[in-house]
Amino acid sequence: MATLSTRQKLEILADAAKYDASCASSGTAKRDSASGRKGGIGSTEGMGICHAYAPDGRCISLLKILLTNSCIFDCHYCINRRSSDVRRARFTVREVVDLTLSFYRRNYIEGLFLSSGIIRSSDYTMEQMVAVTRSLREEHDFRGYIHLKTIPDADPELAHQAGLYADRLSINVELPTEQGLRSLAPEKDKDRIESAMAGMRDAMEDGSDASRRYTHAPRFAPAGQSTQMIVGADQADDRAIIRRASSLYSRHRLRRVYYSAFSPIPSPSSVLPLKRPPLMREHRLYQSDWMMRFYGYSAQELESATDPVTGCLPLDIDPKLAWALRHRDSFPVDVNRAPREALLRVPGLGVKAVDRIVASRRHRRLRLDDVARLTQSIAKLRPFLVAADWRPVHLADRLTLPMAPPPASQYELFP
Amino acid sequence: MYRARLNGPDDFDGWRDAARALTLAGIAPADIVWQDGEGAGDLFAADEPLPVASEAAFSVPRAFVELAETAILHRDPERFALLYALLSRLRDRPASLEDRADPLVRRVESLAKAVRRDMHKMRAFVRFRELADAQGPRFVAWFEPDHHIVRANAGFFVRRFASMRWSILTPELSIHWDGDALTEGPGATRRDAPGDDPVEDIWKGYYAAIFNPARLKVGAMLSEMPRKYWRNLPEAALIPELVAGAQTREAAMIATPPKPAARRGNAATAWSALREEAMGCTRCPLYRDTTQTVFGEGPVDAPLMFIGEQPGDQEDLAGRPFVGPAGQLFDRALEEAGIDRRRAYITNAVKHFKHERRGKRRIHQTPETPEIQACRWWLTQELELVRPRIIVALGATAGRALLGKAVTISRVRGAPLALEGGAQGWITVHPSYLLRVPEETRKAEERKRFVEELREIGERVKALV
Repeated sequence: MATLSTRQKLEILADAAKYDASCASSGTAKRDSASGRKGGIGSTEGMGICHAYAPDGRCISLLKILLTNSCIFDCHYCINRRSSDVRRARFTVREVVDLTLSFYRRNYIEGLFLSSGIIRSSDYTMEQMVAVTRSLREEHDFRGYIHLKTIPDADPELAHQAGLYADRLSINVELPTEQGLRSLAPEKDKDRIESAMAGMRDAMEDGSDASRRYTHAPRFAPAGQSTQMIVGADQADDRAIIRRASSLYSRHRLRRVYYSAFSPIPSPSSVLPLKRPPLMREHRLYQSDWMMRFYGYSAQELESATDPVTGCLPLDIDPKLAWALRHRDSFPVDVNRAPREALLRVPGLGVKAVDRIVASRRHRRLRLDDVARLTQSIAKLRPFLVAADWRPVHLADRLTLPMAPPPASQYELFP
Repeated sequence: MYRARLNGPDDFDGWRDAARALTLAGIAPADIVWQDGEGAGDLFAADEPLPVASEAAFSVPRAFVELAETAILHRDPERFALLYALLSRLRDRPASLEDRADPLVRRVESLAKAVRRDMHKMRAFVRFRELADAQGPRFVAWFEPDHHIVRANAGFFVRRFASMRWSILTPELSIHWDGDALTEGPGATRRDAPGDDPVEDIWKGYYAAIFNPARLKVGAMLSEMPRKYWRNLPEAALIPELVAGAQTREAAMIATPPKPAARRGNAATAWSALREEAMGCTRCPLYRDTTQTVFGEGPVDAPLMFIGEQPGDQEDLAGRPFVGPAGQLFDRALEEAGIDRRRAYITNAVKHFKHERRGKRRIHQTPETPEIQACRWWLTQELELVRPRIIVALGATAGRALLGKAVTISRVRGAPLALEGGAQGWITVHPSYLLRVPEETRKAEERKRFVEELREIGERVKALV
């Protein structure tokens, strides 16, 4: 095979990495290159920065690449599986380091997201990935963000080293159910994945415990761990996905669960569905995820928002509205008196708007106009709120909300 | 009328000093003209001397200072007056800043919000290009902010790129960092910035490759990266082309058939790779006391596959399935049933020999569920590669491996089962069972029944091929 240039390799290995949804660069320890030892580069200031957006609407915050796309595994949904006929390439440790730094210096990225196909053995692959992070941190004093996708089968000692260099570690659970995993990713094993996650959680807890006692204790993965599930490649419904996500959040203290709508890949395996699930389904799952993390809904409550037959969240309305329509007895909510928790359940009110309402109502009795100034849109809220000058009359006994008819859409010529 | 002169559009300290003195003197917001920099200002303002700040002071909430520091960077000329009006009110009622429903608070908040967004976008969208001069590499960027944020944002770039020498040029102001100190210069034009950097091409390659054409969402992109920023982003030049090509590329992916034909083509290679991997299998502890993995054998396009239980003592030494006593019996039965062993693929549910040592002998032990489960994926791979039309499971272990659940042979024997993927499954006894039947007459009967079954299967295979 002719040798590939760095640019050709980058194109192959970025193309192979794009099915990972995560690109967050937030929530890590604060660092910069102006203080402390001289000569370093990079900073992290809590808030992540998206340096560009691709036409798929996804943010480009990190240089997201694989070390290699050769893999001894054969997961059907994966473009890099052994039996796929994609072009293979492999970066050297040095190439990844140089590329990261030259992009970082030009302010293209916040850091590196490194993943890899498995070559030779899990340990060997993991060693190579750790070598990249070690070189960045120690030789180049890189203080930007590093996200490392760890390999569940690798030696725990390697995972530990990875955690000392990286901001975030992640392991993908891939499919929401064990059954799905067995049929689509036969080499992967739910228990091994989960025990690796549990190991990382323990290491993170130890790390934060140590840094509470000793000022200079090394931080272990300060941005926590995350995972990704593929939606729509197997039969799992939204209920199963929500249940799994909630159990992952509670048991392994994950920062984030990412949902990635299965998208057609070049040279697909014959086991896969040909059609992609609607992107809206992924969006609804993210909304439900937010509801669990910021709005105080439990997984059981969210399940009651799913369709009883299909087990999926409705696509035409958001899950919060769907929940509200199934729990009419909780509405309308008095915007001047209701507790914060009740306000958070009003469709159309976000966390910030609720905080503003709670702060403002100490100073005045809120009228509908006031609420309108505090929120994005009042039209959606009106049926669910009681304000000083407003009381909804129409909603409670109707089955559906008075909603505008869906906009006319052009039928596809070639469905 | 009073005229308050500030040193520049983002002169917060000047505004604070003037505002403090004016508030203490009790001047109403409507009586002040705010003026940033030089200029004629309000023609009709009859200038009165500004009141001199007295020693007296008053305090405002910290939140207000933060809000004002940000909002004052907005390009809206009314910002100074709005902030002064808010300040006057806070002096009487310090808590009124919390009342977010108040129109004035809301207005100032929205100014601050626009500034914060602009600052964030500058941090995101500044693109440095590398130059070389006598002292080494230097990085220069051209950026056009909406508000007067450059000075306030400089700290971020210093903290991030402390060890680089860099300049950010904007129409209003340029800032330069030499590794130790920050200096300011006059505004610049796009032409002052370098026009080219070879790394940009690599970056564009990355941008195009990370884009997934199967999920086009132009609206989401535009809301976060509006067109006004595009002209200073090298990668944005690719967007029209990527959007236009997206649907074609996705359609091509879906139209690409899953091509079983192509898989056939390299099935033999894939099979040898698989066998090689299986040789090093450590998925369960059985590998520890065995000689080798005993993998399946036979043509990779065989229409018929036999699955046994596990290798025995002789198989373990020979590295081939079905060569021991049971294997010899099986060979004879196949011959009588008219099936050519060389045309069938023969493998085992478990690929390592599970045994117990008694003296010098190794005694067969039935594999347990975890071992069967661990080994099952090799079998699945074999099934996937060979894709036999008819699969025969010999014995309960093989039945379990094939169906994924426990089976009672006497109940499922003698009739084909429909398997996933359209293959036909048969479950019967393992040949070693025939060796163990104690009574001679029954042994002969059982053997006859086994051969009959094989014959029927052989005929079905012939009918299929």
